[in-house]
Amino acid sequence: MKIVITIISILLFILLFSCGQANETTPGSSNTSQISTIVNKGSDTLVNLALAWAEKYQQLFPNVEISVTGGGSGTGIAALINGTVDIANASRQIKQEETQQAKANGVDPVEYVVARDAIAIIVNPENPVNQLSIKQLSDIYSGKINNWKEVGGDDRIIVRLSRETNSGTHVFFLENVIRLGDPNNKTLFSTDTLLLPSSEGITAETRDNPNVIGYDGLGYVTSDVKVIAVGSKPDGPFVMPSAETVNNGQYPIARDLYMYTNGRPTGAIADYINWIMTTEAQTIVTQLGFVPIVKP
Amino acid sequence: MESTKNWNEYILTRLIKISGYSAIIFVLMIFYFLLREGLPTIGEVSFVSLISSRWYPIEEYFGLLPLIGGSLIVTLGAALFAIPIGICTAVFIAEIAPRWARDLLKPLVEVLGGIPSVVLGFLGILILAPSLRRLLDLPTGLTALAGSILLGGIAIPTIVSVAEDALDAVPRSYRDAALALGATQWQTIWRVTLPAARSGVLTAIMLGIGRTIGETMAVMMVTGNAAVLPIKWNSLFLPVRTMTATIAAEMGEVAKNSTHYHVLFFIGLVLFLISLGINIAASTAVFKQHMRAERILS
Repeated sequence: MKIVITIISILLFILLFSCGQANETTPGSSNTSQISTIVNKGSDTLVNLALAWAEKYQQLFPNVEISVTGGGSGTGIAALINGTVDIANASRQIKQEETQQAKANGVDPVEYVVARDAIAIIVNPENPVNQLSIKQLSDIYSGKINNWKEVGGDDRIIVRLSRETNSGTHVFFLENVIRLGDPNNKTLFSTDTLLLPSSEGITAETRDNPNVIGYDGLGYVTSDVKVIAVGSKPDGPFVMPSAETVNNGQYPIARDLYMYTNGRPTGAIADYINWIMTTEAQTIVTQLGFVPIVKP
Repeated sequence: MESTKNWNEYILTRLIKISGYSAIIFVLMIFYFLLREGLPTIGEVSFVSLISSRWYPIEEYFGLLPLIGGSLIVTLGAALFAIPIGICTAVFIAEIAPRWARDLLKPLVEVLGGIPSVVLGFLGILILAPSLRRLLDLPTGLTALAGSILLGGIAIPTIVSVAEDALDAVPRSYRDAALALGATQWQTIWRVTLPAARSGVLTAIMLGIGRTIGETMAVMMVTGNAAVLPIKWNSLFLPVRTMTATIAAEMGEVAKNSTHYHVLFFIGLVLFLISLGINIAASTAVFKQHMRAERILS
């Protein structure tokens, strides 16, 4: 018992000591060089990636401070138009009326594609189905197709898996697959779609259950599930998702992720955007489940 | 000397009084907060929409019935599963098991009660759901049944622990009298000990059910969260979405003071009222028992 107490007190002492040291050094280092601040806001899809980039960048260049917030692509672009942010993140391209508004406010939005996002369709390795068209996927998820034999598989009920409604992937899938990219289409997910709170939940159920179909960000797909080739037209060609097919535009369920600045940036903002295009920053893209624009 | 003692006593009684009242104050404050954040729903969403059968909040579908139904069916399943097992275990530990087994079992059950529900949820996803699917030949194992079994497992330690205490508090003389009159051990347990401990056993069940209806994490992981109205005969074997899982899954991303935000608080309010209802029902039952017992004695 005495030994335990001694160890704990030593640990506490070390902890206190190290804290004290950290507190002493931080203000010292920040005084030596001037700090430039970059305000970054927008898409919730991009927010984790933007945070990871900002964290890494601040480690490399301690004299730059980057604040990252989410709120949605529209919020980010609106903030750029109002001049309250330096960089707006968006998971969609800027709309024409937004560009007009910006011009009226004296803001000139410049677009950068900073990463790509692709959704992989996954099934159990036992499932004989190898390819599906977007139309078939839409019919499966909206509840029109309910048995695997209707799409060339075994006679099994289809169990649909999806991410929760708060996930950016969920909305992207709804708009681009279930609604076939048509803004006037109001088709919804079938009510018996299982909404799982995590990628891990989807992977675990797909690994185990031959009845399921699921989708997830390409980077989250593990090797123990089977990825399905997707065709934009009913008769193909059917394309497997990969960094290559996403980058050359062949894989249909993919989108670009953007950053917008006001005019061609200079100084710290330009350095930051240039750094995002480097292999180092794009490795983080892969780690977070997105598709990098430069091959790492 | 005398005055310091009085002074101490004054402070202590006040402190105890404050802690006693604080429970009431907290409940009232929570209720007020839920009302404030949840009631705007009534102005923003029409009643017809609230009792529709579609829950898809990002497109403004706010039908609450699938969620209420989901919570009820999972809780009901858990009760069917946990009450018999819990009470039988309590009876075994209190009445039948030898001294050494009892000293071992009681702490073990309490350790079981301390397992975090996330851990149980993981076991549920990785072991329970797949085995249920294979065993019962279901399309998927992520069903209300899986949730019921897990919740039952969470409620059992509470039920056992409280019910065992109640059985233990029944005076030795009751059992001796029954046995002396020629009752078997089973008759003694069923006709004398259990009825004598009735109010404690009922409290145990109530606490157990209270835990299940409010449980979130484990349920969210294993019930599949599909907002389907559970009105089919086999609904227990289909995925459901509970109120708690909905709040947990959606609250993190919702914009403050949006309609969706208010509806989530409204769900919290419904949940609060349901568990209040359970509590009131159970305490009236206990109260009625007392009245009857008093009548018989007099």
